[in-house]
Amino acid sequence: MILVLGGLWIGQNINLLPVDASANAPVYDELFRVLFSIGTILFVGIVGLVVFSLVRFRRKPDQLGDGLAIEGNLPLEVFWTAVPAIVVLFVGLYSYDIYDRMGGMTPLNHGMDHGGMQHSAADHKAMEGMDESDAMAGRVWGGIGNGSAISTSAENAVAAVPIEVTAMQFAFLFRYPQGDFISGELHVPAGQPVSLRMEAKDVIHAFWVPEFRLKQDVIPGQPTVLNFTPTRPGTYPIVCAELCGPYHGGMRSSVVVEEPETYQAWFNANNKLNVADA
Amino acid sequence: MTTLNQADPSATNDVAPHEHGDHRMFGVATFLVADAMTFAGFFAAYLTFHAVNPLQPDAVYELELPLPILNTVLLLVSSATFHKAGQKLRLADNRACRQWLMVTAVLGLAFLVSQMVEYFTLPFGLTDNLYASTFYALTGFHGLHVTLGALMILIVWWQCRTPSGRVTAHNQFPLEAVELYWHFVDGIWVVLFLILYLL
Amino acid sequence: MTVSLPPQSEQHTPSLQPTGWLRYFSFSVDHKVIGLQYLVCGFLFYLIGGALAGAIRTELASPMSDFMPRDVYNQVLTLHGTVMIFLWIVPVVNGAFGNYLIPFYVGARDMAYPRLNAVAFWLIPPAGLLLISSYFITGAAQSGWTAYPPLSITTPASGQMIWILSVLLLGGSSIFGGINFIATVLKLRRPGLKLMQLPMYCWAMLGTSILVVLSTPVLAGTLILLSFDIVAHTGFFNPGLGGNVVVYQHLFWFYSHPAVYIMVLPAFGLVSEILPVHCRKPLFGYATMVYSIMAIVVLGLVVWAHHMFTSGTPPWMRLFFTIATAFIAVPTGIKFFNWLATLWGGRISLNSAVLFSCGFIVNFVLGGITGVALAQVPFDVHVHDTYFVVAHFHYIVYGGTVFVIFASIYHWYPKVTGRMLNEPIGRLHFLLTFIGFNLCFAPQHWLGLNGMPRRVAEYDPQFAFINQISSVGALLMAISTLPFLWNVVASAFNGEIAGDNPWKALTPEWLTSSPPPVENWVGEAPLVEEPYGYGVPIDQIDLKATSGRDLWSSGK
Ligand code: HEA
Ligand code: HEA
Ligand code: CUA
Ligand SMILES: [Cu+2]
Repeated sequence: MILVLGGLWIGQNINLLPVDASANAPVYDELFRVLFSIGTILFVGIVGLVVFSLVRFRRKPDQLGDGLAIEGNLPLEVFWTAVPAIVVLFVGLYSYDIYDRMGGMTPLNHGMDHGGMQHSAADHKAMEGMDESDAMAGRVWGGIGNGSAISTSAENAVAAVPIEVTAMQFAFLFRYPQGDFISGELHVPAGQPVSLRMEAKDVIHAFWVPEFRLKQDVIPGQPTVLNFTPTRPGTYPIVCAELCGPYHGGMRSSVVVEEPETYQAWFNANNKLNVADA
Repeated sequence: MTTLNQADPSATNDVAPHEHGDHRMFGVATFLVADAMTFAGFFAAYLTFHAVNPLQPDAVYELELPLPILNTVLLLVSSATFHKAGQKLRLADNRACRQWLMVTAVLGLAFLVSQMVEYFTLPFGLTDNLYASTFYALTGFHGLHVTLGALMILIVWWQCRTPSGRVTAHNQFPLEAVELYWHFVDGIWVVLFLILYLL
Repeated sequence: MTVSLPPQSEQHTPSLQPTGWLRYFSFSVDHKVIGLQYLVCGFLFYLIGGALAGAIRTELASPMSDFMPRDVYNQVLTLHGTVMIFLWIVPVVNGAFGNYLIPFYVGARDMAYPRLNAVAFWLIPPAGLLLISSYFITGAAQSGWTAYPPLSITTPASGQMIWILSVLLLGGSSIFGGINFIATVLKLRRPGLKLMQLPMYCWAMLGTSILVVLSTPVLAGTLILLSFDIVAHTGFFNPGLGGNVVVYQHLFWFYSHPAVYIMVLPAFGLVSEILPVHCRKPLFGYATMVYSIMAIVVLGLVVWAHHMFTSGTPPWMRLFFTIATAFIAVPTGIKFFNWLATLWGGRISLNSAVLFSCGFIVNFVLGGITGVALAQVPFDVHVHDTYFVVAHFHYIVYGGTVFVIFASIYHWYPKVTGRMLNEPIGRLHFLLTFIGFNLCFAPQHWLGLNGMPRRVAEYDPQFAFINQISSVGALLMAISTLPFLWNVVASAFNGEIAGDNPWKALTPEWLTSSPPPVENWVGEAPLVEEPYGYGVPIDQIDLKATSGRDLWSSGK
């Protein structure tokens, strides 16, 4: 009992994670706390048993013979088969739920056949942008973040900001098709869904923003979509998480989450299409 | 309870040499399981490519069937002739055994020749596209197996040239091992034929 | 009676006295010699791999790439991973202990195919030297031990090709070994010995060898395809030529996930041998242990895609692989609880072998729990390819398997040499290793959660302090090797004489002289029907009588 309560307390109160800055990060943290609690309980329990046994049952100098000849105990065996089974089943279902809320369960290659599928407005918008720009590539692979929790939430009304990400040795480039300009830094408006369409030029890279709890491999020959909604303004690192060559460690960039107005100002300052119009 | 029994003396021939033959066949069979897994990996790769990376329509090429069908027949017949050779050896008829072995080897070589002919008449080369590469990798790896098999058949053929040679009715292991291997290679070909040519 | 094995290439006096030391450098077919060859050879590679780890930790002591050039760093980490897995863990837990113990356990005088066995061993040194020498000749492979294309296609070809070649050789060695173990366990059992009477390590090796035979060939095929891509410019895994890089990942992990059980199942088996002897209790739940090994084998073959959760795999696949992976915790858990129950109520001698075994339990449970966490897709998406994963698997491969290797060395050293290891030094070794290990790898969990990716030579300076702690831990681990080495070498010459059965154990390898004669038993092999029959009250059986010599000479 103490063990369980203690584990729960540790799991809920010790935070090992960086700040959360996207809509799915709090959901993720919820999962993390559950896993951390369960893990702590199990770990402390088992270590406790080991240490207790080693101390309690160690051979004292005057003891000669053997221990007890217990060879097995069916109820016990059933018990400790059932408990982990239930735990992993619970954890599995729970994380499935979390994953769904983070938006991972939407079918992937809806770039191919979006006719029969239900899409949120945001999804659709992003998809159309892609289909135009990339009719040839055909199949688009989806990453996490294009699912129910995010697209059915309140932000839904706002169209997703489409951004094209190109990863290459050893940099990320961000192209804003709505303004036809390229930036070395990712700027996104807080509270608005963003849809990244990612492609790699040479080898596999991975787009990772620890504060968003999001990572997606960027695979050459396999365009991938990653949707998310940033929430907390600030500047966060973008890290390449897949070994891609000698400068893999230096392949970093940052994402700037800004208030929508600031973002709009930045966008207008860079917008090439507007300049051309004017 | 502690029971540490001594064996009864009647069971002393537990590691007698004659038992070793069985174990060697067991080892050959296990090895073939491993070999089958190599092919399974190739097949899996091929099927995945097939499903995930469809070719541009202009690169699709229908494979001709006559040669491969001939090949299939050659191999299947060679399996039968090898089986015959084994039977003859068991009857201690080394001469007949050698004849059947030779037929088998010739069939195997014929397979290789016809495979070569196919290679040279195909309109695509190894590096033309993904599909071509996989085609050559699979058939090439199989062909390597056939080549090795044919060589081993010839070795066995050589070894049983006299009734007192290495391969005799009393020591059939080399022949049996190669036979099992040969049937295995045939089996792989059938799968390969189904997947590669008919699918 | 005399022995009826086919003639062997050597006729030594039935003892391991110095006269025969040359055979350790020769093509010996004696399973005990081969086992020791594996062990010593593996340990030398461990020192090399450890030195490489030292280089990694030195580089990472500062956030800049200052200790070595960046591409050299990638070579070092590739070599480190490859050496540790293919030249240390796999050959030692399988080859070394398997060869030494399995024939004893099944009551045979040698492995089923002694010659194949020697071939399997002698593939290893050349392959290892080839791998290491590539660093000096052309520069080693730089794409990590996973060798993902297209990176592995675009980095310098010579190093990558040597890497492929040497891994193919090592894979071949492993397959030959696996075939041998399966045949020995299933076919060479002494008449009268039933499968369910075998010591647990036999089961572990049977399961492991099944995995080896089923999965290693797939790796071989994959690497052959990869080498075509490199030298013949085919496009299997080259997206520029229409290939698909994810297919490589599937094939690679189809081998490399089972490979992790190839590294740990034998360790499970060894622990199952060590604990009952020193706790003086039967192994708890023998039958469930056997079933859980087999369950791990089956499940282990169908979980590989959990390494690819961010590679754009379809959702149903992620769901399936999450569930399958998490379920491995159930059979593994059964084994752990059985060991705990074996400890419970025992008369535990707190010697180095037991300490290392218990260290293993503690570390592995932590590594397993982080493993189950990693199996959850949403969790993995954040920490994949970060130091969290590095921490996970070092907790398992080092805290798990390497700890067991040390435990086993303490346990079987008297068997092999006839002398005891020095206990106090052994405990010192344990203490230093345990502290150094946790100091080194526990902080890496935090690093991964907070944004440090793996395989980087330079990193965000905010992580410098934690990395330095980790490097200090590594230094402590390096230091901890010294007392061990000293102990092993010195005790070989003037350790306390052990006698035939110093632990009063009941498994068959102890029921002969220490060191054992060339064909294991001078007379008949004993039929051990209850390898774990401990726990008999002291007045009912005189344990001294079960020390080998009396048994096989008196005929009881
Ligand atoms: C010996 C080696 C070994 C072993 C045994 C394991 C065992 C496990 N591993 Fe690990 N793993 C590696 C070596 C190993 N691993 C390596 C080398 C990598 C990195 C490869 C690379 O990318 O370079 C890796 C990576 C890795 C990943 C991919 C991470 C990533 O790259 O994103 C995952 C994800 O699922 C994973 C999961 C697991 C699980 C669930 C187990 C399970 O088998 C663990 C089961 C054990 C327990 C759970 C503990 C005991 C059980 C109990 C006490 C019962 C109660 C417990 C519960 C109810 C939870 N491992
Ligand atoms: C399988 C077993 C295994 C073992 C035992 C170890 C042991 C160690 N590992 Fe390793 N490690 C891997 C397998 C293993 N590792 C793998 C598979 C990878 C992934 C590679 C990849 O990404 O591709 C990896 C990666 C890896 C990294 C991540 C690198 C990166 O991603 O950038 C780090 C960093 O800290 C590390 C550290 C260590 C340390 C400090 C030890 C220590 O425990 C070592 C302790 C031992 C010693 C210190 C030896 C002592 C002896 C001496 C020092 C004597 C000197 C030598 C001579 C005179 C010859 N390892
Ligand atoms: Cu790009 Cu690592
Ligand atoms: Cu795995």
